[in-house]
Amino acid sequence: MRNRFRDRFRRFSAVVQKELTQLLRDRRGLALILTFPMIQLFLFAYAVKLTADHLPTAVANMSPDAQSQAFLSALSVSGFFDLKLYVETEAEVVRAIDEGRVRAGVIIPPDFAPSIERGDAQALVILDGSDSFSVQSGYSAATAVAQAYSLGLVVEKLNRTGSKMVTTPIQSSVRVLYNPTRDDLAFIMPGLVAMLLQVMAVNLTAQSVVREHEMGTIEQLLITPIRPIELVVGKLVPNILIALLDLLTITLAGVFWFGVPFKGDPWLFAWMALLFIVSGLGLGLLISTIAQTQNQAQQLTSMLMLLSQLLTGFIYPRGPMPPAVKAIGNLIPLTYFIRIARGIITKGVGITFLWSDVVALLVYGGLTMVLAAVTFRKRLD
Amino acid sequence: MATTIIQTRDLVKQFKTQAGSINAVNGVTLQVRQGETYGLIGPDGAGKTTITRVILGLLKRTGGESTILGFDSMREPYAIRERVGYIAQQFALPHDLTVLENLHFFAKVHGVPRQDQARRIPELLEFAGLSRFTHLVAGRLSGGMKKKLALACSLIHEPQVVMLDEPTLGVDPVSRREFWNLLGNLRVEKGLTVFVCTPYMDEAERCNWVGLMYQGRLIAHDSPQNIKKMVPGHLLEFTPSSITRAQELVTAMEGVLEVQTYGLMLHVFVDDVPRRQPEIEAMLAAQGIACQGMRQIQVRMEEAFISLVQSQSAR
Amino acid sequence: MLKRTWAIIQKEFIQTWRDRRTLSIQLAIPIMQLFILGYAIRMNVRHIPTAVADQSLDAASRDYVEAMVASGYFDVVAYVPSQADVIQAIDNGEAQAGIVIPPDFAARVMRNEAQVLLLVDGSDLFTSQTAYNSMSAIAQTHSTEVMIAQARRSGRLTAEQSLLPLDVRIRILYNPNLADLWFLLPGMVATILQTQSIALTAAAVVREREMGTIEQLLVTPIMPGELMLGKVAPNLVIAFVNMLTIIALGVFWFGVPFQGSFGLFCWLAFMYVFSGLGLGLLVSTISQNQKQAQQWTMLMMLLGLVLGGFIFPRYLMPPAIRIIGNLFPLTYFIPIARGIVTKGIGIESLWEQVVSLLAYIVVILFVAIRAFRQRLD
Repeated sequence: MRNRFRDRFRRFSAVVQKELTQLLRDRRGLALILTFPMIQLFLFAYAVKLTADHLPTAVANMSPDAQSQAFLSALSVSGFFDLKLYVETEAEVVRAIDEGRVRAGVIIPPDFAPSIERGDAQALVILDGSDSFSVQSGYSAATAVAQAYSLGLVVEKLNRTGSKMVTTPIQSSVRVLYNPTRDDLAFIMPGLVAMLLQVMAVNLTAQSVVREHEMGTIEQLLITPIRPIELVVGKLVPNILIALLDLLTITLAGVFWFGVPFKGDPWLFAWMALLFIVSGLGLGLLISTIAQTQNQAQQLTSMLMLLSQLLTGFIYPRGPMPPAVKAIGNLIPLTYFIRIARGIITKGVGITFLWSDVVALLVYGGLTMVLAAVTFRKRLD
Repeated sequence: MATTIIQTRDLVKQFKTQAGSINAVNGVTLQVRQGETYGLIGPDGAGKTTITRVILGLLKRTGGESTILGFDSMREPYAIRERVGYIAQQFALPHDLTVLENLHFFAKVHGVPRQDQARRIPELLEFAGLSRFTHLVAGRLSGGMKKKLALACSLIHEPQVVMLDEPTLGVDPVSRREFWNLLGNLRVEKGLTVFVCTPYMDEAERCNWVGLMYQGRLIAHDSPQNIKKMVPGHLLEFTPSSITRAQELVTAMEGVLEVQTYGLMLHVFVDDVPRRQPEIEAMLAAQGIACQGMRQIQVRMEEAFISLVQSQSAR
Repeated sequence: MLKRTWAIIQKEFIQTWRDRRTLSIQLAIPIMQLFILGYAIRMNVRHIPTAVADQSLDAASRDYVEAMVASGYFDVVAYVPSQADVIQAIDNGEAQAGIVIPPDFAARVMRNEAQVLLLVDGSDLFTSQTAYNSMSAIAQTHSTEVMIAQARRSGRLTAEQSLLPLDVRIRILYNPNLADLWFLLPGMVATILQTQSIALTAAAVVREREMGTIEQLLVTPIMPGELMLGKVAPNLVIAFVNMLTIIALGVFWFGVPFQGSFGLFCWLAFMYVFSGLGLGLLVSTISQNQKQAQQWTMLMMLLGLVLGGFIFPRYLMPPAIRIIGNLFPLTYFIPIARGIVTKGIGIESLWEQVVSLLAYIVVILFVAIRAFRQRLD
């Protein structure tokens, strides 16, 4: 019995050694694996803006008077609108949006000032509906600015008629938990780290088995006493080190370069990340064993990546998703780890709040490895 | 009584293609005894590689039986893998590991203890002539060295039987001879049983036992001498000045059992040499065709092989 | 030369057709993605689970909470006693927003010194963004209404004067209902086309090189340009089939309107796919093995996705990032796709992007062909 275990371990460690040697020998590939996540982190972090402000806006002001100027200036000062194009007519504004030169337009009809006095002034704000992202901020910003401006006028009028100072009766202050400055990076960083980690982990192993099939080297491997599970786990282990290295670099960059606050326990995060890495590697291995060609493996990996970005709660919230779609999201390990990452980094909570996700990842890691070993083709046909 | 190491009975392997199904191995029964060097020869596509893989358990058996060392190919694959060495037809060792790393890998995988590794690896390197190349990456070795490395890796765990699929294909004659000398030594020193697929007829001569495969069937299974005896007639060889015409004419002659071309020469099987040789010379001379260097030669595996295959395809 | 190219194209088509499983995956994946995305993406979040700590429980406080709920953005999931409880509900994910109303609310409102604390879960971006914006807006509107009601009751304002003097109408062009899929579909077409064309092509040459089959090709008179053209041919067809499928599904199943000229779209998409193929070829020439090729492909896909303007608008990005975005053909095609599909504009308004796309294709193919190694090393 003990003899058997020793043999098993020997075979397993032989595979680990082989895989590690091959990994390190591909210098260029190694360089790519270690640098790409960092590159992606930086580009993502600088590219992603979650609050759309400074919408390029066109203005058709058909009543250039003090009132319209005041209103336009209120729009500009809010920071949401960047009044960069001045035209004559509404049609020109629409054309500018059509051509993509601006994303919004403000049209002030003639006789603005007198109609303000009368209390029946109108203004038109046009938004580019092909860009939902900007529309949402544009919409609420326009409404808010207009309302505040109007309110200001009413208050002014009241005060002019000599009544006492009127202030708003209810002051509401909005506090954003965990990220009070609403710093974009603090929002996105934990999810980004998690996502890049998964992409990388899956990538590391997704080709590994199917490549051996395609190259023919599987034949000499199959003729050895190596058992599928030993091969599968043996291929997984060396990649853990690489993935951990990547994790370390991008997390450190996130915290020290981008200044994202890390509220929770770093060791807990490290352990959880290790668990997640194993899940990702396992998923990659499963892809590798069920794909028949490297091409197929590549296709599956690309699809996984796209779905991971959109279905796991990385950007879009999972709440509103229909149950069928949520179920698909549940098949991706990132879904669980994003909650863990956000929980630890942004919220600073402990494992008691996260245990269900932890268990999910444990199951996921084990299951994928077992499935990979089971689907591993033990013969050439 | 020597034990049977490899045994197949009515072995069948069927492949399904878009055109239908083919029996690449169509009911083959063969045995290989301990200490034997068994050569499986046959034209391209005969099924040699397929049958080797089925016996090893690398392909799924469709019908019949196959065992190595008493272990069934399908039911006990790991028992087989622990005891058998194999060289695949294409070079299939990890191309980005060095010679030494490859040997260590296969040693570990076969559970060879470290002390034994320390002893065997230098021996094998020396034996295979690879001692100076230990740090070369396998993918960069020449064709001959790759095969030697594959051989070394297949022997690292001191198996009782090795199966080699065209191990000397593409290797120069000197290296080929060396390779066969190595195999010979192993047989003598360690009692190794060798099963080799080979397209080279001279190698077939060096085997104790030969199996001739054609279109999935075993059309001969005997010692080389006996196989050569299967071809009727005595063999004449000569170089005619016009080979195509000479072939036509000679084939039609009486007493001529078979005619084969051999480069620029003709090999003619006749029932009686003293009688037919002058007849052939005369007949060709009458047609204005000169015969150069006509002589009787021993039937070799090559001629036997061609003869037997031709008679099969004639059916 | 045409004969040689045609020979390669034929070979590639045969090989592609033989590998039926891969082919079906390649054709099925975009459809699957479209369906999933069509049903999954909701950028405007509603019914945000909210915890309420109402320490007054009078008419005024109930009105306030009601204003939040009536908007449809917030659903009260828990009534808790204190602020700490609200925070804990957000901590453990039960709620993503919170309202804390202190005692004596109604009285304080009368005195114009009422205060409300609104809490938003800052760990989930879209929710927090929506919550923040709508909470602020609703709070402001409600407060204004209360104030005007008060002023009217105290006689300081007449009925007419209670109306706000400025009414701003907001018109949303092209997509008045803000249907998410209308926004996403053109971008999705662009993304999937690019994803597939890069991935498929990058693997193509590298695989031949790895398998050694390239050796046989190199000794023929085939020129790099012909080889590449031949290799991209089946991928071109596949990408196109996918594009048509997505558009057909989008228009007929999901009801996304196609405002502009379909013919023009096809032509430009054809050009666009070429650019992705060129990029894929470039990747295949700089990769030594398929693993590396895959790394590059993944990088390009990820970056193209983020920097191209599919989700996050480009005008918000810092100039350095925008320049990097210009390296991806997606960046030029998204405005084209959105322009034709959603806005319904014609080529007159798009010529800038079209020219850029053309230039891109020329450059990339030139570079790729140059880089293609004519030897084995």
